[in-house]
Amino acid sequence: MPTAATITASETITLPAPLELDCGQRLDHVQIAYESYGTLSPARDNAVLVCHATTGDHHLASPHPITGKPGWWDKMVGPGKPIDTNRFHVICANVIGSCMGSTGPMSMGPDGKPWAMRFPVITIRDMVRAQVALLDMLGIAQLYAAIGGSMGGMQVLSLAANWPAIAQRVLAIGTTSTMPAQNIAFQEVGRQAIMADPDWQQGDYYGSGKAPDAGLSVARMAAHITYLSEESLTEKFGRRLQDRAEKTFGFEADFQVESYLRHQGSTFTGRFDANSYLYLTRAMSYFDLTEDHGGRLADVFAGNTARFCVVSFDSDWLYPTELSRRIAHALNAAGAPVSFVELSAPFGHDSFLLDVPALDRVIEGFLGR
Amino acid sequence: MTQLRPDLAVIADNVAPGARVLDIGCGDGTLLAALRDQRKCDARGMEIDAGNVAECVSRGLSVIQGDADTDLAFYPDASFDYAILSQTLQTTYRPDQVLESLLRIGRKAFVSFPNFAHWRVRMSLLWDGRMPVTRLLPVAWYETPNIHHVTVADFRNLVAARGITVEQAWFLGGDRVMTGMGANLRAEHAVFLLSR
Repeated sequence: MPTAATITASETITLPAPLELDCGQRLDHVQIAYESYGTLSPARDNAVLVCHATTGDHHLASPHPITGKPGWWDKMVGPGKPIDTNRFHVICANVIGSCMGSTGPMSMGPDGKPWAMRFPVITIRDMVRAQVALLDMLGIAQLYAAIGGSMGGMQVLSLAANWPAIAQRVLAIGTTSTMPAQNIAFQEVGRQAIMADPDWQQGDYYGSGKAPDAGLSVARMAAHITYLSEESLTEKFGRRLQDRAEKTFGFEADFQVESYLRHQGSTFTGRFDANSYLYLTRAMSYFDLTEDHGGRLADVFAGNTARFCVVSFDSDWLYPTELSRRIAHALNAAGAPVSFVELSAPFGHDSFLLDVPALDRVIEGFLGR
Repeated sequence: MTQLRPDLAVIADNVAPGARVLDIGCGDGTLLAALRDQRKCDARGMEIDAGNVAECVSRGLSVIQGDADTDLAFYPDASFDYAILSQTLQTTYRPDQVLESLLRIGRKAFVSFPNFAHWRVRMSLLWDGRMPVTRLLPVAWYETPNIHHVTVADFRNLVAARGITVEQAWFLGGDRVMTGMGANLRAEHAVFLLSR
């Protein structure tokens, strides 16, 4: 049996109507880059929306066109895999604000120049609004399931809260319903690293021949640490030195962990736009599902008829289990059918992207009925 | 179809069809699946072990990983027709408080537990002076999860003192339902249906 997902669409569409944003502005001619896999059933009842994390893209289960790397959830999506493309029509769209094909600060504004910092500040709900508009265009009124980890998890929770009739099953992994202060703090460090880089030029670096690579790289290094666990860093690198027998008594990357982080930072600048990083982390910092409900999370989901599954990882200190448990308890109080499980995996927040067989079983089982 | 454990079979046979049920300490979801498939119940569960929860989810059940001692507080009053606690009461830190929670969350509650006053247990203590290791209490004292052993008589005393009504009781010996006569001596296992 082939293990690669059969791609049924890989294109960029323009939304027919302007997008009304939470900030009060409207965005015209919004472009959405998306991919889909597997066949949509004649009854249109087998669509699964997968939402990507902050710096992810719509290349869910197909090789990235530039890097050639497998899709970011290739191990989860495909024929016979937990999200089975023999059975489901799986859709993944790049979020607005990103730089991977959908409209964001790098896109051309109405005056023919890049938006840069004139791009309106968007929210998680705005990202979902764009995805709902895409589903409308595709003629999909209902989703068999909406699935996402991290920022993707925020999107599926926002979908359930704001468009309760769309998703019949909601699977949120390693995420939160309200961004905690510590996470906002880390996000702010990343933004400040970018904005402190003189090459940022108030965001108007497009076409200048310079970009805030140093700042973006530091932002990525700091964020990358939060995606891992102490255990995985210790096991992978320990205090081992990088290609040398002795410390240099200088500031080269003596340690393997330093070299690894520098590599992570510099390769990131090749594939991601600094302004997009500002906008996407801003959207996450603003994320609070309860703000329209007087802080009561249970009220957010009142009357929702979807089935929910909430998953956390014991080594994830960025979105620790307590945040997921809070979501599960609120759904319970709202009377929604909800499952919650904390899985054991050593890889920290990134666990949902890596090899954790227990997650495969949970996803497969949750989609089973 | 797998055969239900005898105490679970008693519970499954006596839950009203279509009821809303919360099974606390639901293990791998065997009872929940039976309630869902045979009694068409809206069956939910709570389970402390992550592997068991994953197994439940993979059976399409709605189960929350949680601890009966702490996490029952998050369930609203009277949100279920039945709260079920099978073979779990004796593993909790505060069985009395858990019992109160059951009857707050559920209009009725099923509670099943191994009877520590069964004659085999008594014999073990009387003749050998040793903590019993029996068919229903198979784990040695130092590693058993059962930290609050209870007898049929103790349980009756507790529910009476708390003003809880015993609607029905079933007693099991050798996997068969027996009469209630001399249950505190003869029953290996008891199942109570309680209400306020």
